[in-house]
Order: sequence, then C-alpha cells, then structure tokens
Amino acid sequence: MTQKSKVRLATTSRYTLMILLAAIFALPLLFMVISSFKPGLQILQDSSSLRAFLPVGDLSMQNYFDAFDRAPVARFIFNSILVTTVTLALGLFFCSLAAFALACLRWKGQGIVLTIIIATFIVPFETIAVPLLMIVSRLPTIGAEGFSYGWLNTYHVQIIPFIVDAFTIFLFVQFFKSLPYDLIEAARIDGASWFQIYARIIVPVSGPVFATAAILKGLVMWNQYLWPIMVVQSEQYRPVMVGLGYFFQLNTAWGEIMAYLSVITIPILVLFLSLQRVFVESIASSGIKG
Amino acid sequence: MTTTETTIQTQSEPLSRLNDRQSESLTGWLMASPAILLLLGFLIIPFFFAFIYSFTNQRLISPNPTEFVGLTNFKRLLTVRVLRLEPVTDEASGQPVLNDEGNYTYPRVREYTRNNPDYPQYDGLQEWTYFDIGQTRWMLLAGDAVFMKSLVNTFYFAIFIIPLQGGVGLVLALLINERTRGVNIFRTIYFMPVVVSMVVVSILWSFIYDGQNGLLNNMLEVVTFGHFNPVDWLGNPSTALPAIIVMSAWQGVGFHMIIWLAGLQTISYSLYEAADIDGANTWQKFLYVTWPGLRNTAIFVFVTITMQAFGLFTQIDVMTRGGPLDSTTTVIFQAVQQGFEKQNIAYGSAISVVFFIMVLSVALIQRYLTREKAV
Repeated sequence: MTQKSKVRLATTSRYTLMILLAAIFALPLLFMVISSFKPGLQILQDSSSLRAFLPVGDLSMQNYFDAFDRAPVARFIFNSILVTTVTLALGLFFCSLAAFALACLRWKGQGIVLTIIIATFIVPFETIAVPLLMIVSRLPTIGAEGFSYGWLNTYHVQIIPFIVDAFTIFLFVQFFKSLPYDLIEAARIDGASWFQIYARIIVPVSGPVFATAAILKGLVMWNQYLWPIMVVQSEQYRPVMVGLGYFFQLNTAWGEIMAYLSVITIPILVLFLSLQRVFVESIASSGIKG
Repeated sequence: MTTTETTIQTQSEPLSRLNDRQSESLTGWLMASPAILLLLGFLIIPFFFAFIYSFTNQRLISPNPTEFVGLTNFKRLLTVRVLRLEPVTDEASGQPVLNDEGNYTYPRVREYTRNNPDYPQYDGLQEWTYFDIGQTRWMLLAGDAVFMKSLVNTFYFAIFIIPLQGGVGLVLALLINERTRGVNIFRTIYFMPVVVSMVVVSILWSFIYDGQNGLLNNMLEVVTFGHFNPVDWLGNPSTALPAIIVMSAWQGVGFHMIIWLAGLQTISYSLYEAADIDGANTWQKFLYVTWPGLRNTAIFVFVTITMQAFGLFTQIDVMTRGGPLDSTTTVIFQAVQQGFEKQNIAYGSAISVVFFIMVLSVALIQRYLTREKAV
C-alpha cells in the first residue's frame, strides 16, 4: 500500500467511526423529538424500522395539546424557570461577592474560611439530603397565612439551600485572583469603596466567569430531581422533572411523554447549540481544579 | 501612592492605615457573610446533623422523644455473618435428603435467625446471599440484606462505568482532537446528551429498553435478521444494572470527552514532533507521549466518575425503583427510601454517613495520587 492510500484508509475509517458514534449519541434524542409528533400507536409500530427516526406518517401537535391538558405543564415550567432564575441571580451575586472578598481583600480569618469552603467540595448533596429534610421541615416561615413552621411545599425550600455552593465560589476566586491587582489599587487610591470596586470594576470584566457559573449552576437547577421529590408534594410548586410523574399514572401515553420530554429538553438544547463555545469552555474549566 | 500624598499624610498615616485595615477586615467579613451563613446553615450544619442523627432513633414525625441509640443503626447496616449449612440427612440411612429436582436440601435459615437461644449471633439477621462449595452451603446473613445488596450494586456500577465512560470519553477526545473538517459538528453531537437531564434520559431509555416494543430489541432483531430473542432489559435482574450502566455512560461521556480534550491540548506539539523524528508509530506516540501527559486528567476523570457513580440515584428512581429483586438498588436509593419514604431520618442519615465515608476514601485516594504535585 502506498503512503497516500494508507492515509486515505485511515481517514475513511476514522470518519466511519465518528459517524457511527454520532448516530449512537444523536438517534435517541432524534427519536424523542420525532416521536413527539406521532400518535402513540404509530410510535410503537414505527419502532421496528428506521421510520422511528423519520418524520413520516400522521404528524401533528396533538401530543403537545394532550400533554398540556393532562398535567399543569405550564405551571411546572413556570416553577422551574422561577426557581432556576432566582437561585441563579442570588447565587451569582452572593458567590461572586464572597469570592471577591476572599480573592481581593485582606481580612482576619480569610484563610480558614477559604479552607472550609474548599473542604465542603467533597460533601455531595446526597449526604446531607436526609438531615436537611429534617431541618427544613422545622424552620419557621412567614407567609400569607402568618407565622408557621416547616418549609415543605414552597418555592424558597427549593431556592435557599442552593444559592451558595463551594464550586461556584471557587470558580470566581480563581478568576478574580488572575485579574491584575493594579486595577483595584488604582480605584482604592481614587477613594472608591470596596463595593464600588466590586460592582464597577470587577463585575464588568468578569463576563466569561459569570457565564460559566450561570451555565453550570443553571443546568443543575433546571435538572433538580432528588430534592424536590423530598420537599414538594403539592403540584403547585413542582418543577419540571418531578412533574413527569403525571404521565405515568393511569395509562402510559408515550406520545404525550415524548412531547413533554421535548418541551423540557429542547429549550436547553437550543441554548446549548447557540452558546456552544461557552458551554464547552465551562465544562473544560470545571476540570481545571483536577 | 505618589510622593506628594505621602508627605501630606505623614502625620496621620499610622492611624489611617489602621482604620483602613480594620475597615477592610470588616468589609471582607460583611461581603463573605451571606455565603458563609448559607453554607453553614444548609451544608455544614446538616452535614454534622447527619452524624448526630445516625446515632439516634430520630424520625421525621414521631410521638416519642428522640433517643441516642449508640451504634445500633450502623450495626444493623454493616453486620455480616457467615452461616454454614450442611445438607439435611435422613436420620435412618445417613444419606442426604434430596428434593424433587434432585438437589440437596438445607435447614431453614429462619431456624437460626428467629429467637434461637443456641445461636444468639444470628438473631434477627436476614438472608443476603449464599455460595455452595461441595455439599456445604455458605449462607451470608446481614443485618440489612437490602443495604448489602445496594452496596454491592453501587460498587458494581462504579467498577464497570469507570473504564467504560472514561475509556469511550478518551476515544472520542482523540477522534475530535485532530483538526479536520467537521470535527466541531461531531463534538457537538457527542456532547448533546450531557445537557439533557438524567430524568429525561432515563424515561427515554426506558422506552428503548422496553421488553416488547423497545427500540433496542427491534433494532437487534433487524440487525440479526430475526435471530435475536427480545430481552426485557430492565425487567431481568441480570441485565437491569448493565443496561443502566450503558445508558449512564451514554449520557455522561461527552462531559469527560471535553475534560480529556482539555488535557490533550496541554500536551506540547513539539513532543509529537520529537517522537516522529524518532520514528514512533501512532500507538507508541499514544503510550509514551499522550498517556503520560494525561496523568492528572486521568485522575480527575477517575475521581469525578467514581463520585457520580457512588451517588447513583436518579436513573434508579425513574427506571427500576431498585428492582427487579433488589438487583438495581443503590446506597443513595436506600438512603432516600429510609430517610424520606419510610421517614426514618436516623437510619437514612446512617446510610448517608456510610456514603460519605465512601466518597471521602476516593478523595483521599485522589490526594495520594496527586501528592507529588504539592512537593
């Protein structure tokens, strides 16, 4: 074999492998979206041929209408958007503010605080879920009905425990430490307060790290599952992932299920496809600590 | 500071500097305090409560006051004893009694574990599993047989998913690390499942794995021209956990592909050029240049997959709820079952503590493996 044909063979086999792998990763998701437009019976019939992945047959939006009829889907989506955005807004603010203090100011106890925060890295949420359930079920709430005990079945029980996490703080600390210190020193001499420095100098130049933190934290929040099944029983406050339970009661209608799955997944996929570069860099940067 | 300012401030400098320091210290604490308080209240305190509860009989709602019970919960969780059973023999002939299928019969375990004063060490234990060696049956008894199964399942899951997800991730990274046409599209496709929720993935794959109309069975039937007998992947104790392993790797592998890719890109191109000059082939280049350069990445990949694997919960809760026959139950699934569904906070917390010790061991292994970095 000549050198040239050898290279060609290598390239061909590499592309064949890549295409095969791409099929494995893409086809299940394609199947989900395509099936969401097909009647339940047709989904079952088509699943024995390549038609499963093709938009053929009786296509309609009926599954979507039925899904919205069967369950308060709009409510679930609203709940998830609310919980995700409020947690993100508060979380990015408090985490970056703490990280700014840890990275740029000098204060007593700073070292020990940073050490403790980094130590909490290795405590997975699953470890504390059960005792946390106990704690939040006893915490006081001031609501429309006055003072009461227990945070179960609320929005704040889904938000407050997740505002701050060690990983986000760490991400910000790393970034702020890499900024030139002259920036801060100059502002100090001009008489700016520390909060002004944070808000007017640090935040404006930290777009990339805010984006990274928002993506990683946002994905976690949108996909919340274990915690809401523990603390939210009333449908009024249920997030999207827990709302899925509705579609398995009584008869399992696969068409509606595929429609619901698509509704809660496609926005994230579109967001990912449009912000791909930031997404991928976020993930890559999360590996830096290793 | 400029010289003019210094001269003007000479008199008051020590005082203002002290004030500055104090106010900086105060501001530092103020800025960090919301984060510190939230971490304390919703992570650090619950973490210590997990330890405290695990030594009590705390329930979510209980009419009786909570009491310290010492190591009772851990004893129940971790007790394992071996019971040796000999075949039942006929009193008269001394020959073993065979059952209808021609197998040996053994004394009932219940006779040892239920109020038998001769065997106090087996009291209250449950049948976990057994091995037959010759005629002798070695019965493993556990304080909580389901928890022992969940421990074994969790390690089984970890042992198989680490090479699968890590290995496929590396292959994908190597494939798309070449700067050729279309690589970005492939990277996007491989990464897509990562942004899809595990709940969604689990439901989607429940359909794929379905025993009757499942996509996988149908595809295998087509590929083998009808020679494949449909399998109820999730309904069969021997295939349920492997099926979940494959699905989990499918969802998570894109993440580790990106991590490997970031590692690959730190390896200097001149090393490959040098290897080319030495006449190294592709495999040798991988073995002597790429792999050593990926050492820290490999440790990170190993640790993150292991931690994720130990925390296995969502897939189980959505797809199998631990079944069939406890073949897919896991440590965290048990913690939630006990702590939440059975409202036994204390026992669920004890499981959480065991889980934390597992995670801590992995973290210590990581520290040990990366120790030379600190030197």
